[in-house]
Amino acid sequence: MDEIFGIPAPLLFGQLLLGLINGAFYALLSLGLAVIFGMLNVINFSHGAQFMLGAFVAWMLLEWLGIGYWWALLLAPVIVGAFGILLERTMIARLYKLDHLYGLLLTFGLGLIIEGLARNEFGSSGLPYRIPPELTGAWDLGFMFMPVYRGWVVVVAVVMCLATWLVIEKTKIGSYLRAATENPALVQAFGVNVPRMMTLTYGAGVALAAFAGVLAAPIYSVNPQMGSNLIIIVFAVVVIGGMGSILGSVVTGFGLGIVEGLTKVWYPEASSTVIFVVMAIVLLARPAGLFGRS
Amino acid sequence: MLTERRTLLTGAAALAAMPARAQANTLRIGVMTDMSGTYRDPTGPGSVACTEQAVAEFQGRGLTVEVLRADHQNRPDVGSNIARQWFDQGVDAIVDVPTSSVALAINQIAREKNKVFLNSGAATSDLTGPACSPNTVHWTYDTYMLAKSTGGALTRAGGDSWFFITADYAFGHALQRDTAAFVEAAGGRVAGAVRYPFPATTDFSSFMVQAQASRAKVLGLANAGTDTLNTIKQAREFGLTSRMKIAGLLLSMAEVHALGLETAQGLVLTEPFYWNANDRTRAFTTRVRPRMPNGWPPMQIQAGCYAVTTHYLKAVADMGLAAAKASGTEAVARMKAMPTDDDAFGVGRIRADGRKIHPTYLWEVKTPRESTGPWDYYKLAATTPAEEAFRPQAEGGCALVRS
Repeated sequence: MDEIFGIPAPLLFGQLLLGLINGAFYALLSLGLAVIFGMLNVINFSHGAQFMLGAFVAWMLLEWLGIGYWWALLLAPVIVGAFGILLERTMIARLYKLDHLYGLLLTFGLGLIIEGLARNEFGSSGLPYRIPPELTGAWDLGFMFMPVYRGWVVVVAVVMCLATWLVIEKTKIGSYLRAATENPALVQAFGVNVPRMMTLTYGAGVALAAFAGVLAAPIYSVNPQMGSNLIIIVFAVVVIGGMGSILGSVVTGFGLGIVEGLTKVWYPEASSTVIFVVMAIVLLARPAGLFGRS
Repeated sequence: MLTERRTLLTGAAALAAMPARAQANTLRIGVMTDMSGTYRDPTGPGSVACTEQAVAEFQGRGLTVEVLRADHQNRPDVGSNIARQWFDQGVDAIVDVPTSSVALAINQIAREKNKVFLNSGAATSDLTGPACSPNTVHWTYDTYMLAKSTGGALTRAGGDSWFFITADYAFGHALQRDTAAFVEAAGGRVAGAVRYPFPATTDFSSFMVQAQASRAKVLGLANAGTDTLNTIKQAREFGLTSRMKIAGLLLSMAEVHALGLETAQGLVLTEPFYWNANDRTRAFTTRVRPRMPNGWPPMQIQAGCYAVTTHYLKAVADMGLAAAKASGTEAVARMKAMPTDDDAFGVGRIRADGRKIHPTYLWEVKTPRESTGPWDYYKLAATTPAEEAFRPQAEGGCALVRS
């Protein structure tokens, strides 16, 4: 039991665990995308820029106001979410009746503009952001060295995914939301303010992206292009999971994290391609994605 | 009506003649650099500022110099188009050009049009090797020199086993290959290497675990920019820094600044210019800083733009503007014939293959406690003398040397 397929067993366990951790990030990011698509029918291409904004707001809070990581975890999503609401009210809300393509183009353009402005203001090489002192250090698990912060990321991501799923599937607000997606006119007739609900949903999706951004700030480089590097993979996760399916994106996020982690041991050169190979296979077998309703 | 048309025609003729007259007694230098992408901070607006500084310091010597700027977006096609347009409009020299693929394209065009190419930003040693040209000077650094300084010096200092994390494209492969050669030449060995997909990788934790399992003493990073930042940040997170020395094979002060000293401390890297190295570099920094974006001190590539422009202007003044404008080959030949001397790189020379020769320095990043102020980042770890720092001319495969 020392080696599995030519890989020492401890190394393999380590990689499985790391895959799970990366999967937590994918799950959290694709969650926001799935919520926005599932409820609003908007393919939010500015999600990567909003993820980046979350990290930048955390940096600004620390640098300009002396507000540390823990408050940033709460404040940054609120601030970026409010910005999302502003975007939704002034621009995105006008496109609900049109084809998906218009929403895609608008949010893609917005993403590019936000990224460009950040690069102009802060440069391209990035800003320093440290792991909070409470979460530094690492556990020696015997088979690998496990940083405390990574453990924290997994726990928070799982809690967040569960909470979102519960709100949408098990609460009254969630049921209104799901009903409004199916038939907005009918739900409005019952006295529910559908446009406001849509606005808040978009704000919540954006806040989820910003939340992931704050989580990422201590371990990834905080720079204007950090979102666009990740967003393509996250889109693949959402497509594999089934566009708009919350459970689908969470399960797929974790699953693909593991697949990618294992590829990094056997053939690292293919570790970014493997996700798209999985995507192609899944789309051939199930065009609506693993959990999607066609 | 007729008069009107005649006046118009005369006016148009005068307009058409103006650029020609301006061209005849004006030297035009175009700074082509990355204004909007990953390499903006170590090159970009700072490169423009340093070039303008060189021109400003040369004022009053009878030369009228115009500085233009352009963003090549790190794309060879965009860069080539700008270069052709510039040369056709009477630009005499192109300065900077980071990103090796773009630099190799401009190298070809400058030769074809018999203009001058003063490269500071690109890494590839091919510019003075197989692709060498009588119209090109390669000033600041190259892959061979980085590999020799960082690889050789660290191995001799006891780092005799290496694990490489390599970006899976031409630049990463070349940097790993060259560094491994120096490691082995100095008696070290390569314990392992991983190639990761570029540019689609942000998480390097898997490779950290593999590097730890290899029990190598040095972690060599054959990558650049954001990837290097992510690798270093995660190496610290996974506790590698306490057991391994981390060698950024292409790391500059912009990245150290982005990491912060808390994370960057103890890293070793090679740069031929550091603003706080000696009295001359500090004097240059004080002069140029008011022009720099955000008031940052100049980085090595930007300082290279200053130095190479200064030397070019000296050569032009020496041979006369008309002769310099007439032939790029002659202008570069004059640059090679004159010894160089500037505040950023000190005294040096340009070899027949176009390679600028100067000492290179291996720096260690200070701890937050050792740093006495903003931008006080480096302490000197080793010096490679100018004549040993770069690839010997005979080994480069440059046709100019054989003939």
